[in-house]
Amino acid sequence: MTTATSTAITTTGISTDMFHYEFMTNAFAAAGMVAVVSGVVGYFLVMRGQTFAGHALSHIGFAGATGAGLIGLAPLWGLVGFTLAAGIVMGFLSDRISNRDVAIGVVLALSLGFGLLFLHYYTSFATQATALLFGNVLAVDHAMIATLAALGAITLLALAAIMRPLIFASLQPELAEAKGVSLRFISTAFLAIVAIAVSACAQIVGVLMVFTLMVGPAAAAQRVTTGLWSGLILSAALALTEAWLGIAFAFQTDWPVSFCIAVLSAIGYFGSFAVPRTRTA
Amino acid sequence: MTKENIIALDHATLKIGGCAVLKDIGFAIEPGEFIGVLGPNGAGKTTLMRAILGLLPPSAGRLTVFGRVPHCGDAAIGYLPQLRTVLPDLRVRGLDYIASSMHGQRWGLPSLSAPDRSKIETTLDAVGARDLASRALSDMSGGERQRLLLAQALIGEPKLLLLDEPLISLDARHQEVVIDVIRKVCRERKITVLFSAHELNQLLGAIDRVLYLGNGQAVLGRVDDVVTAPVLSRLYATDIEVLRAGGHIFVLSRGRDVERADHMHDYGHEHGHHDHGHQH
Repeated sequence: MTTATSTAITTTGISTDMFHYEFMTNAFAAAGMVAVVSGVVGYFLVMRGQTFAGHALSHIGFAGATGAGLIGLAPLWGLVGFTLAAGIVMGFLSDRISNRDVAIGVVLALSLGFGLLFLHYYTSFATQATALLFGNVLAVDHAMIATLAALGAITLLALAAIMRPLIFASLQPELAEAKGVSLRFISTAFLAIVAIAVSACAQIVGVLMVFTLMVGPAAAAQRVTTGLWSGLILSAALALTEAWLGIAFAFQTDWPVSFCIAVLSAIGYFGSFAVPRTRTA
Repeated sequence: MTKENIIALDHATLKIGGCAVLKDIGFAIEPGEFIGVLGPNGAGKTTLMRAILGLLPPSAGRLTVFGRVPHCGDAAIGYLPQLRTVLPDLRVRGLDYIASSMHGQRWGLPSLSAPDRSKIETTLDAVGARDLASRALSDMSGGERQRLLLAQALIGEPKLLLLDEPLISLDARHQEVVIDVIRKVCRERKITVLFSAHELNQLLGAIDRVLYLGNGQAVLGRVDDVVTAPVLSRLYATDIEVLRAGGHIFVLSRGRDVERADHMHDYGHEHGHHDHGHQH
């Protein structure tokens, strides 16, 4: 990849050469879709103060992915299955589990432990462990893009279906309950949606780094805007920008993509502190 | 009572987790009344409101609201919950916050129609808080948030307003402003109000009757009839002295001011039985 850096630097400082490689166009397509989904779902995670639960779901997914490998299934389906099941359980237990940092932390560590155990028994899978943990967007093929598109579409459609009561239940749970919104259903459905989004996100930046696309952009967006739609759109746009720029920088520098995205996500989040707080929206 | 009662309880028992908070209580509230709901911590003020909202059916006896068994999501009831979860960093503007409650139980994408928007603006005007529409929740003071929530509770022309401790965490001046606003709006619109509070004195000029809860019981009546040593001694299950001086009423237990002592260590205690989706 480094050979490409010598020529064809455009005025924006980003090589256009990279689009000549199929793995790069695949990476842009996959990362683009996942980033938008992550930005949108992440906005609600941040609004609900459940970012840590999202983080934990991805770790639980690691155990699912390695476990799936152990029994000969595609890691992605293990990831989806485990996160989905965990998301539904966490949503159902809602008050008792999903908002308790310690309980989540213990489950998170246990899941990583199980992931390690599965790897231990399925050593040939070990090469994929790094990809699972830190992502490998440059290895994405057409089949994966189609899968990610399907997962992304499911996520966004489900979110659109529950968005109104979700916002009500997130902002004013007591009143929402009084108006007949089932807090438990909303919280379960939402964490199931998060689970699918996390699974997709983990394909791009890895289970350890889903925060970069799911939380960083959303948190930055909520700092600089107070409107609901403007926040959602900004969150998705930031995630998309960070994902694409990250891939481009990785191409230029030969650094890992996830590292570049993580740096951009951090810059985006801490940069948002410098933006003067809007008084009017 | 010739007029139809807004709220009527008849030998009603309200239980939380098998434990009776209010036992065999009965009273009736008439249209347009401004009722102050008082009583020590855990006396059942929030529980009673949740029952009126239809969230907690009585385990025995009868409870009717507007002459019917209450049902969840009745648009004729405006509610300001005691536990008002506001994430400290929530940078959502007031307009979107209130908008979330409008048709919030419906599925699909949130949308704000022009009539809904004008309803929000009208109600904000009614409590003198138009400017809060564009301000972020995290930038508002406690009093401003309270006003925003009050404005929200008034949307949809409710006939009954349940205000659970709307004065908590407000200083004396803001408390007066909130009481005045509520009284004015509710008189104009002939709204029946249940207003729970810790301190009786703030409410003296505003309320028509007082509903005093304690020791599993409930007594509704005029302040002069209810806030007396015998009645309160029964409700507090201890010897209570009631002193009246300079238009104020002091409720004392062994020389200690009961209401103030309550107030000092209250925040967060009465919430134990509440289910809610956020950490705080």
